[in-house]
Amino acid sequence: MDIIICVKRIPMTQEVDLEIDDSGKDIKKDALAYVVNDWDNYAIEESVILKEKLGGTVTVITVGDEDDEDVLRRALAMGADKAIRIEPGELELDGFLISNILAQVIKGLEYDLVLTGVQADDDNFGMVGIMLAEKLGLAHSAVVTGFEAEGSEATINVELEGGLDEVSKIKLPALLSIQTGINEPRYVSIMGIRKAGKKELNVVKVEDIGLSDEELVRQTIIEEYFLPPETEGAEMIEGDPSNVAEAILRILKEKGVSV
Amino acid sequence: MADRKIFSGGEFLITDAAPDDVFTPEDFTDEHKMIYETARDFVTKEVEPNIDKLEEKDHDLTLDILAKAGELGLLGTDVPEEYGGLGLDKVSTTVVTEAIAPAGSFAVVHGAHTGIGSLPIVYFGTEEQKKKYLPKLASGEWCGAYCLTESGAGSDALNAKTKAVLSDDGKYYILNGEKMFITNAGWASSFIVYAKVDGEKFTGFIVEKDFPGVSTGAEEKKMGVHGSSTRPVILEDAKVPVENVLFEIGKGHKIAFNILNIGRWKLGAGAVGGCKICVTNSVKYANGRTQFKVPISSFGMIKTKLADMAIRTYMSDSMMYRLAGMFDDKLGTLDDEDKKSGAENAKAIEEYAAECSITKVYGSEILDYCVDEYVQILGGYGFCSEYPAERYYRDSRINKIWEGTNEINRMLVPGTMMRRAMQGRLNLFPAAKAIAGELMSYSPLSVQLPDTPLALQEHIVKMSKKIALMVAGVSAQKFQQDLAKEQEVMAKIADIVIEIFAMESGLLRTLKMISKEGEEKAKYQIAAVKVYVDENIPKIETWAKQILAYVEEGDMLRTQLAGVKKLARYQPIDTVSLKRAVADRVIELESYPF
Repeated sequence: MDIIICVKRIPMTQEVDLEIDDSGKDIKKDALAYVVNDWDNYAIEESVILKEKLGGTVTVITVGDEDDEDVLRRALAMGADKAIRIEPGELELDGFLISNILAQVIKGLEYDLVLTGVQADDDNFGMVGIMLAEKLGLAHSAVVTGFEAEGSEATINVELEGGLDEVSKIKLPALLSIQTGINEPRYVSIMGIRKAGKKELNVVKVEDIGLSDEELVRQTIIEEYFLPPETEGAEMIEGDPSNVAEAILRILKEKGVSV
Repeated sequence: MADRKIFSGGEFLITDAAPDDVFTPEDFTDEHKMIYETARDFVTKEVEPNIDKLEEKDHDLTLDILAKAGELGLLGTDVPEEYGGLGLDKVSTTVVTEAIAPAGSFAVVHGAHTGIGSLPIVYFGTEEQKKKYLPKLASGEWCGAYCLTESGAGSDALNAKTKAVLSDDGKYYILNGEKMFITNAGWASSFIVYAKVDGEKFTGFIVEKDFPGVSTGAEEKKMGVHGSSTRPVILEDAKVPVENVLFEIGKGHKIAFNILNIGRWKLGAGAVGGCKICVTNSVKYANGRTQFKVPISSFGMIKTKLADMAIRTYMSDSMMYRLAGMFDDKLGTLDDEDKKSGAENAKAIEEYAAECSITKVYGSEILDYCVDEYVQILGGYGFCSEYPAERYYRDSRINKIWEGTNEINRMLVPGTMMRRAMQGRLNLFPAAKAIAGELMSYSPLSVQLPDTPLALQEHIVKMSKKIALMVAGVSAQKFQQDLAKEQEVMAKIADIVIEIFAMESGLLRTLKMISKEGEEKAKYQIAAVKVYVDENIPKIETWAKQILAYVEEGDMLRTQLAGVKKLARYQPIDTVSLKRAVADRVIELESYPF
């Protein structure tokens, strides 16, 4: 089974005091560490598991600059066979444009399955997977938590609201947006890292993939970023621990919690 | 790599290196960075959640985690590929060692296993021994240990009492004796044991745990690294097959000392990893802890601590990777046949014996400084075992003792350099002589420094080298062969040389960074070097004067003291502001900033 996975390198924003940059349209990123998007990591693992089971190849793709090659090399070290980086140059990107670019490149490749993460941890849009499926004319399913291939179709598990698990069949080729927890992503071993150095990593410039200028225009423009204003209403409970505990219990009871 | 000049051991003291001659962490390849991430990831997911269990010496869990480390390649960086390892460069080994350091006791298990437990076979084993043992050690199926110390043979390692006698049938050596303080003893499957054949010839052996007559004693109750196993290894008529003699009969000291060189540099690398965590943990606490309604990180004295920890760690880091690069460059000069010869590899590493001692002493003492300030910043919480600072404080202490005490290593710094000078491998004495002549005409007032960043610091490092050569020369002339008996003098010369290597390593790294990325990007590194040089030139001057006051007298003393004063002439700069700037960066990033 030939699989294509689309991945993104994102800044780690948890446990960091984010600041808005001078433009007011982005956060300050220079002091942030970057990692592979968590959902994508599960997608990479899933593709490598499928390759180990069924054979075939895994190709990993990202739209980004040279620094973003980190996540491609990481995927290669986990077991992907080749990587493609699409250099966007000065283009301003959004989910629509990224899916346009990816679709154009993926059209020229052989595949049975395309995987993305459900969403990216930076902007949480969750758009690229579904738009890419549409542009490639593929069946699509999101929040996938299980995959079993059977010939030209596959049985998939999809996580629904309220903890429901939906099992359905999907025709291949298809595009699946992978949910975290579908597997246990492996460590990147040093042996894998050594092998990754010898694998193919091609760089394609966005102007060379055959999209017209009109097709390279984003559809959403960020007007402003702001931190949520501090709200009133917090009550600081002071005193020794037993008084604090009593006060908390009282408040919980007042709010209708049965304790 | 091809562009770097290859320095001989100790040559840094007499020849100034150019920034491009040193390897720096900014030169990491993508592969180095990924290896670091793998090791960090491993520690975060496998070790840290299990720290409490590991601290109780959980035998099975420790071996499980060791085997997992093996699966990821974290045990095989120094083992050649044909024996199940990865055969990577020394920078990669340094990266792994640094990244594993926060694993606490497990870092000790890992360090002893991959270093002194495995490397004697890598470097001195026969083909059969390598094939038999290395795949098991590289995979973590077996854990390795190293048995040199005895109750009467600590620093005086060759004074071992353990004996080996050939059996009547000539098939075995029968070993009798007791080794002490053996790291990993409780769970090791193989031991590198030193014993004297016929009570004379100091020899290495590979001893398996299941050989008849091999057992271990009770666990030592230790101050720190509680999760590592430390026991005596008892040999009672232990039957060791003759094919398990390591290297040559009577050449055990060659193995022991070469392996210790590597152990010292790896200890330094691990210490750097520990220091970085101390800085990060300290600032996280200091930013979150409010007193007098402000975070304590806003106080000047806390800032000073954060800056000093970060700056000293930067010097230690620069020094460790510089040395790793020196190893790789030197090993790169071996021809294909020598590359396969473990003994040739060990010889190339021995070239930098003095530098290994320097990194061991410096790394362990900077770590000790950092853990102390880490506890201090946490105040009462630092003293309670609920926070890791208390464990770090206890765990750090052993580093000044093992792999040769810092006292032994201080003796070795000038000792090794002097020996190399006598052997004609280091032009120490001509350089020292030249300075005596230069001093007459040298005037600090006529020095014109270029208008480049760190020109003053470059000048001071050069002058410090002259001071070191001068006092070493004067001392050698006075005491000749007996200089080694003047331990106080040896130690002060060592301190001067260690600080020179530290200052220069930080300086060269920063100059390299400036030339590649510009002054603005290197501004905190520049501040670090300025502070560090400012604080150390007065120390170097004082040590030199103390040596001279002991060695010389009368007019000669006055002349020499005047010479040191001239060389060390330096006007202090505003380090309060520089430290505040570095501390503010640490506070902003909430981590080690370089």
